[in-house]
Amino acid sequence: MTTGSTGAPRVAQQTSPQSDELRHYADEAIAGQPATTVTVLSSLLAVHDLLGYLPSEALSAVAEHSGASVNEVWGVASFYPNFRFTPPARHLIEICWGPTCHVLGAQDILQGLLKHLGLDHEADTPDGTLTLKLNTCLGVCPHAPAMSFDHDVVGHVTLERAARRVDLLRVADQEERRAEQLVADSEQAQAAQAAASEADAPEEPRSDD
Amino acid sequence: MTEAFAKLAEHATDQWAELQARPWIRVSSGLMGMASGARDTLEALRHDLAQAGVEATISEVGTTGLCYAEPLVDVYVPGGPRVLYANVVPERVPEIVERHVRDGEPVVAYALATVGASVSGLPLREELPMMRHQVRIALRNAGEIDPGQIDQYIARGGFEGLDKALSEMDAEQVLQSIKDSGLRGRGGAAFPTGVKLGFLAGNPAPLKYILCNCEEGDPGAFNDKTILEADPFTLIEGCIIAGFATGASNGIVFVRHGHDEPIDRTRQAIKACYASGLLGGHILGTDFAFDMEVAEVGESYVAGEETALMEAIEGKRSMPRFRPPFPAAYGVWGKPSNINNIKTLSCVPEIVRRGAEWFKGIGTDKSTGTAIACLSGDIKYPGLVEVPFGVTMRQIVEEMGGGDPSGKAVKLVQTGGPLGGLLPADQLDMVLDYDIMAQAGAMFGSGGLIVCNETRSVVDLTRALIAFDQMESCGKCFPCRLGMTHLLEVLERICDGDGRTGDLELMERVGGNMKIGSLCGHGQLGYNPVASAMRFFGDEFRAEVAGEGAIAIMPFVGPQGPRRGAQVGGLTPTARVKDDFVVAVHPIAAEDLKPSGGAGAAKSNGAEQTHGAAQAHAQDEQA
Repeated sequence: MTTGSTGAPRVAQQTSPQSDELRHYADEAIAGQPATTVTVLSSLLAVHDLLGYLPSEALSAVAEHSGASVNEVWGVASFYPNFRFTPPARHLIEICWGPTCHVLGAQDILQGLLKHLGLDHEADTPDGTLTLKLNTCLGVCPHAPAMSFDHDVVGHVTLERAARRVDLLRVADQEERRAEQLVADSEQAQAAQAAASEADAPEEPRSDD
Repeated sequence: MTEAFAKLAEHATDQWAELQARPWIRVSSGLMGMASGARDTLEALRHDLAQAGVEATISEVGTTGLCYAEPLVDVYVPGGPRVLYANVVPERVPEIVERHVRDGEPVVAYALATVGASVSGLPLREELPMMRHQVRIALRNAGEIDPGQIDQYIARGGFEGLDKALSEMDAEQVLQSIKDSGLRGRGGAAFPTGVKLGFLAGNPAPLKYILCNCEEGDPGAFNDKTILEADPFTLIEGCIIAGFATGASNGIVFVRHGHDEPIDRTRQAIKACYASGLLGGHILGTDFAFDMEVAEVGESYVAGEETALMEAIEGKRSMPRFRPPFPAAYGVWGKPSNINNIKTLSCVPEIVRRGAEWFKGIGTDKSTGTAIACLSGDIKYPGLVEVPFGVTMRQIVEEMGGGDPSGKAVKLVQTGGPLGGLLPADQLDMVLDYDIMAQAGAMFGSGGLIVCNETRSVVDLTRALIAFDQMESCGKCFPCRLGMTHLLEVLERICDGDGRTGDLELMERVGGNMKIGSLCGHGQLGYNPVASAMRFFGDEFRAEVAGEGAIAIMPFVGPQGPRRGAQVGGLTPTARVKDDFVVAVHPIAAEDLKPSGGAGAAKSNGAEQTHGAAQAHAQDEQA
């Protein structure tokens, strides 16, 4: 069950970080844990919060930090269903299938939404925009049926309301993508400019640090 | 009273008086409020107050339990009555701000009830159907105080119990007081808390742990999170007192990762306690030292089982350990530990403060105190109620919950979580009492009550429960791992209209094997939902198997594949359990199904500790 802000990856996935960057992020997350007692599990949770998934670099980082073997770390990571091992889609939609929500019609909403998204079961949409996930209980049973959109829990959901939220999320995502593209373009332009001016500058001897 | 506490109390009283000097608006936020739109309401409130130029304190409080009325806004204006406004959508906020907060005139049309003084045309809060039978101990501060303000907790009698324990009593007296109160574990197993704490107190080891289980994986139950959100201090105080009574020096609160609100609020509360000298070395100026932290765990229902919980705290897979050794001898990190549910520990401060006799006066003879029930499903007033033991299920469901919202007949109440059972409508006169319910084969468990009306299919509900149980089986022992899968397969084909003759008997056989062969409560109780459904609604199952079911069941889309360690790297196993698969070939007699002294309860830790055998301990505190 994931609610609130923790589940949202804080590192944007579209930049597709390189292996050494991932390792760096993992080390950072492991070192920056608020818990007094640091364990394999707490470290995995910290990395997952930061990256949104557990790349193999993270598993080795956790193994090194904790003194456990990679096998042991993998054993823990593969046990808990809240971990995933591939980069997540950009937005997370969760549908509660707890018994209360089930009784009050969660299956209608789930199956309607699957159709709406063109999916067969919980999965990422092919365009990498949305992850649809079942949640065992979002913890707001009096407001069933419940869903969460990017960890914003919403109660008294109907299929129509859910579909509308999904459409809005898609529109918002397109805006985000456009904005990100603009930022990326201008960064690229700046980098090109910097490279050009550097080429003009007189060459300096390179130092080792 | 210790000098340190006298100072804290004085400061808190001053703060409380200051709070009453200007308008105070409490908005039921937290997870429950947010799901009903409290975020928009809060925003509107802040905006409209600024626009009206009114100075007011806004507190984001936990849910009061009146979830049907959320977003709930509680307005107090100095000199006037305290008014609760129900379902405050942002459009209603301007009127409430202008007419009530600014001009002091309650908006009766939007109001639900008043607290304290009455207003004509409005009931008192205590007169609301949902509040009728309530006695609030663990939830005494829910919705009343800002969970981020330790002063507000102290001003309402908080930490008086701890102060009393430290200044007037010794550890033995505190322990005796908890024993005398008759408090029993609220996580489901109902083991006497004082006796359990006594096991730990009897261990002379220097480093001992008090663990508090707030894992609450039970779908349908939401009381643990509510306590953490609404009043984390009561739990902290309970932990410290339990530590003092047993000589433990460390406390760990155990919460599922992802519950940000409760986790953050608890962490802040712990920090505040350290800052006020209520945690750490020399608590309240005495020689007693106690440290606390929050541990988070990944999604796992079995992590609510006491030894699995310890494995998870240690950062491993949450799989149950063999017992003995029992936690009081060998717990987390191999150190003596005591595990209690948050609902249990939250009662401890008031027991010490008001005395065991007071607590004993509430509830029934053998089940003292109160129980927290979470009402959801086909019910008019869903939410959270704290009632003394001894009320009937009918009082909770029909009087307090208001029955089905559209006036349909209530068919059943699902109790005790996904390993619990069903209570048909004609058994609702069952008294809420651990022993009476256990004798009748019913379970109160962690308090989730899911109400279904006459249009709901029992077979479908049972399949949903078993689908959950199957997914959450940790996979350590095969009777549970394979048994759950087998039960689910049979239920699925019955629901799909492909039921076969003998399917019901097959499930019974598999279930019996799970009961005798499983290590922990998950497998031992795993057949419970089916057994109880078949007992009361056998005809519905038989009709469904025969293809003559009266209630249409829609196809079920569940989570992908068996989840424990199986979906990694696309390696979802596709093997299905064969129908003729049985764990034991011989038919099993009923007496073999009872957990015996030999199976899970070999003696090593004193005869008392093995009391209740495998089942009590295994299911213990499974929240």
